[in-house]
Amino acid sequence: MNNKILTTPISDEDVKSLKIGDIVYLNGTLVTCRDTGHKRRVLSGIVPRTDLKGGAVFHAGPIVKKVGDKWEMVSIGPTTSMRMEKFEKEFMEITGAKIIIGKGGMGEKTVRGCVENKAVHAVFPGGCAVVAAAEVLEITDAEWLDLGMPEAFWVMEVKEFGPLIISIDTEGNNLFENNKEIYKESMEKEMAELSKKLKYMNY
Amino acid sequence: MNTTEKFLDTTVKFINLVAKVLPDDVVERLKELRENETVAMSKAIYDSMFENLDKAVSLDRPICQDTGVIQFYVRVGTKFPLIDEIGDLLYKATLEATETVPLRHNAVETFVEKNTGTNTGKKVPYIDYEIVPNSSNLEMDVYMAGGGCSLPGRSTVMMPSAGYEGIAAFVADTMVNWGINACPPLVIGVGIGTCVASAAKLAKKASLRRVGSRNPEPKAAEMEEALEKALGNIGIGAQGLPGKSGVMCVNIENMARHPSALGAAVSFGCWAHRRGTISFDKNMDYTLLDHKGVTL
Repeated sequence: MNNKILTTPISDEDVKSLKIGDIVYLNGTLVTCRDTGHKRRVLSGIVPRTDLKGGAVFHAGPIVKKVGDKWEMVSIGPTTSMRMEKFEKEFMEITGAKIIIGKGGMGEKTVRGCVENKAVHAVFPGGCAVVAAAEVLEITDAEWLDLGMPEAFWVMEVKEFGPLIISIDTEGNNLFENNKEIYKESMEKEMAELSKKLKYMNY
Repeated sequence: MNTTEKFLDTTVKFINLVAKVLPDDVVERLKELRENETVAMSKAIYDSMFENLDKAVSLDRPICQDTGVIQFYVRVGTKFPLIDEIGDLLYKATLEATETVPLRHNAVETFVEKNTGTNTGKKVPYIDYEIVPNSSNLEMDVYMAGGGCSLPGRSTVMMPSAGYEGIAAFVADTMVNWGINACPPLVIGVGIGTCVASAAKLAKKASLRRVGSRNPEPKAAEMEEALEKALGNIGIGAQGLPGKSGVMCVNIENMARHPSALGAAVSFGCWAHRRGTISFDKNMDYTLLDHKGVTL
């Protein structure tokens, strides 16, 4: 396990050494993009002002508050990454983003995207949204506000944003899928034992 | 302040509390799970969770950014003075709390497919009513149904030959394949009913029952305990990563069924299980049932 800090823009070299299970922290620019944002970027050709080359993307829909003419971060945590599975590979190809942060695992298509584009997927502990908000220095831009608060493209500066647990690395290892295989095996054993105790049907 | 204003004001404050402070039973169980966890990564995540709970209070912010679709489970006495106005008042309370807490805008109007920007919409907030005869009180659960733990919910109707072991397998399969993304440790509500709708409704009610409570039917209680143990042994920890603390509880709610149908459903709650129960008397004086020692 190595604990390190990534700073945007992130290079191929920065991510190549990361392995599943490593914990990293992020400095620099982080943008939120989730369901509708991914769909818009990949399908519509609408391009945000913020360049994502070497960038960090957070699957998150925050609570923000407008104070004067500035947006203030109230609460921001990860959302289920698997919902973005359909578009993530293309999203990485088009944007050049290097780290995708979210919650839970992602699938086979994203794994291919990570290998081909030298990118990683990482998870931030879900529900720890105040911890995350405290690591946001400021919101520097807000795009796609027409999509509503959760789906807008929020641009932020962050400092030591994490812990981020690498769940897909550039070699195509997938932490959650590996674990799932172990869980399934263990589940079969547990259910076989349990079913003996649940013979409540009369016959 | 008249009784209507008092009910509204208290409900707004209660929504604020539920967004920022977990109920006593949940906190107690999370502490136990944290103490018994042995896997380093899962322990580290528990540390973040507890740091987050502290920061939510000290910084006065919602525990999780996904403050959910606001759901009210209302048990209203037929003689409760505001019985005719409850729906309107809960709608107003949601609008107001969305501004003051603040809550995320979580209502996307279907077909129009547009976020309303107010956290309210058609049938949102979601209100479930039960009538309590000859009572002048109202008791209400407020629940913030986040997207992450709503996503893996499933309901089905099995053939009775599947048996209770079939229900257990359905729950386990849902947990391992989808529940692991729903922010474990999970509250696992299981409904055993007679059709897809009754099972789903019971599963939801089960997920809102207190952690540590048991179904009064001895066999159902036995199944709750056995399933809780079996799911706990799978090796899932906090956030679906390896560990032994991924299950907060299994609660089962049941009803009689058609001889030919075995309805089964599962509804999950995440570790940040933002549920609270409040009771109002006819003067709109309140009692908090899950947040001991807290004054609104």
